[in-house]
Amino acid sequence: QKVSVEVLDHLEHLALVDFRDSEGVERLQKAIEFADQLHEVNTDGVEPMDSVLEDRCLYLREDDVTEGNCTKELLENAREKVEEYFVAPPGNIPLPKLEERDTFLQGS
Amino acid sequence: QVSAALKEGRVSPTELCQQCLSLIKSTKFLNAYITIAEETALKQAEASEERYKRGRPLGVLDGIPIAVKDNFNTAGIETTCASNMLRGYISPYNATVVQKLLDQGAVLLGKTNLDEFAMGSGSTDGVFGPVRNPWSYSRQYKEKSVPKSHSEDKESNWVITGGSSGGSAAAVSSFTCFAALGSDTGGSTRNPAAHCGVVGLKPTYGLISRHGLIPLVNSMDVPGILTRCVDDAAVVLGSLAGHDPKDSTTIQDSFKPFELPNLTDVSKLSIGIPKEYHAPGLSGEILAVWSKAADLFRNAGAKVVEVSLPHTCYSIVCYHVLCTAEVASNMARFDGLEYGHRSDMKESTESMYAATRREGFNDVVRGRILSGNYFLLKQNYEKYFVKAQKVRRLIANDFVKVFRSGVDVLLTPTTLSDAAPYKEFIKEDNRTRSAQNDILTQAANMAGLPAINVPTALSERGLPIGLQFIGRSFQEQQLLTVAKWFEKQVQFPVIQLEEVKRHDHDVFQHEKSASFS
Repeated sequence: QKVSVEVLDHLEHLALVDFRDSEGVERLQKAIEFADQLHEVNTDGVEPMDSVLEDRCLYLREDDVTEGNCTKELLENAREKVEEYFVAPPGNIPLPKLEERDTFLQGS
Repeated sequence: QVSAALKEGRVSPTELCQQCLSLIKSTKFLNAYITIAEETALKQAEASEERYKRGRPLGVLDGIPIAVKDNFNTAGIETTCASNMLRGYISPYNATVVQKLLDQGAVLLGKTNLDEFAMGSGSTDGVFGPVRNPWSYSRQYKEKSVPKSHSEDKESNWVITGGSSGGSAAAVSSFTCFAALGSDTGGSTRNPAAHCGVVGLKPTYGLISRHGLIPLVNSMDVPGILTRCVDDAAVVLGSLAGHDPKDSTTIQDSFKPFELPNLTDVSKLSIGIPKEYHAPGLSGEILAVWSKAADLFRNAGAKVVEVSLPHTCYSIVCYHVLCTAEVASNMARFDGLEYGHRSDMKESTESMYAATRREGFNDVVRGRILSGNYFLLKQNYEKYFVKAQKVRRLIANDFVKVFRSGVDVLLTPTTLSDAAPYKEFIKEDNRTRSAQNDILTQAANMAGLPAINVPTALSERGLPIGLQFIGRSFQEQQLLTVAKWFEKQVQFPVIQLEEVKRHDHDVFQHEKSASFS
């Protein structure tokens, strides 16, 4: 089954990454086909494994401040900043819909 | 050996540093390094020299030149992950493992090349270009290759290093450093180690801190160690292992650095040969080398048994789903706002993020992010992601069963064949290549087990072939002891690099087979 344009569009929205061309879409198709092999395995009664260290307790340290105050260093790598703020373009504006976006998917 | 030389004053840390730096310059065509930290390295070497003069070196690693893969954060030095997304990014901090090495007095020469964001098995997909395997320029390889025309031959027939820590492997293999850090998520340290004829150690997950290692797959990544001999790997491991409060996935058990004994009696060892590792596509040569190794152990008195890890064939598919899913999550931090590349798009936050990511990531990375998001969609979550997690448990359990049955260490091939010529390798896309090449190394990451590549023999084409030992969780000492015994038995030849000979011959003859332990 081919992935529908709606799902492809949805993925582009979620990932904020574009497919770029038909090769990109093909790549996803092949990836899905490849992953479908998983269904050959019988996993009845098997619990999913999140981590190989699941039998151990997670390390928790005391809730004390041990480091910080490095505003200058952290701001160093940002391109756009004002005083101690990172500057972003206006938020709350959703990515344009498929018809209005400059994306490869428009043609499909 | 080199550490002893430093201690005795036969060579000074600054001399050593300068030689390595000039060797790096003359082997530039290998493209193993992305950034060379010449000034800071020399300063570190000078400081080390002071310490030796006063008779107070910090340890075995004091003054030893090392290289670090470019996905580890290094304070004040550009860290790019071979991607446009992080070009110009100067880390504000050192990764824990880098800090530990520096605290021991090691001299950081530079950052090595890799596949973009460590995604790949050839070190061919980074924005700084592919890494060339030093063995392409060895006498051993040249003797065996059929020259078509003299001038064309040298340039176009070079072979890949394997990946994704190809730069680190090439750096160690070409003598530009004595040890290098790589990362291992699916085989990324062991694969290039095998192709470049060096020792590549993947420690148990949770033994070494990942703080500062730009993550690919949080549940499988580990820092990897590349050296020219097993003893060196043990030394580096000794300085890196242990709990790190900054990485909550490191175990809290205390770690005691160890020295490897010279094993003489292997009769109490049980070596397992997993039959599924006789994978489709395994070259006849490697199969023969693997067999010979098994015989070697048998003849020395060890118990060699065939074992079965039935879910091995699914590890690549499982990895494919889990990796892309974790990647989709981990790559979300790259939005141009706080660091890295930022697009000029100003319309809205989302469009700026989208444009930044469009410009910053290559096809491989974008492909994995999109696939990962697909598998994590609500309608697919159970079917793919959770399913893969269940298969992961089955794979991990396979190993548990085998080790419980009395096997101490598993012996398997590391790669399907020797290094491919670059021209051949690029004929297939990244995912196909990764799927083909990771098959023998991936399962150890799934189960979090320690594994090591030991260079074993040269192929008919004059290129290195390595074999892999997989050990029990946190039993690095046993694993490395066996590996060291094996290394001694096989006496893997030293690479004969003709370019190197043009250098200060004497000092390099001394360094050539040198280890630092």
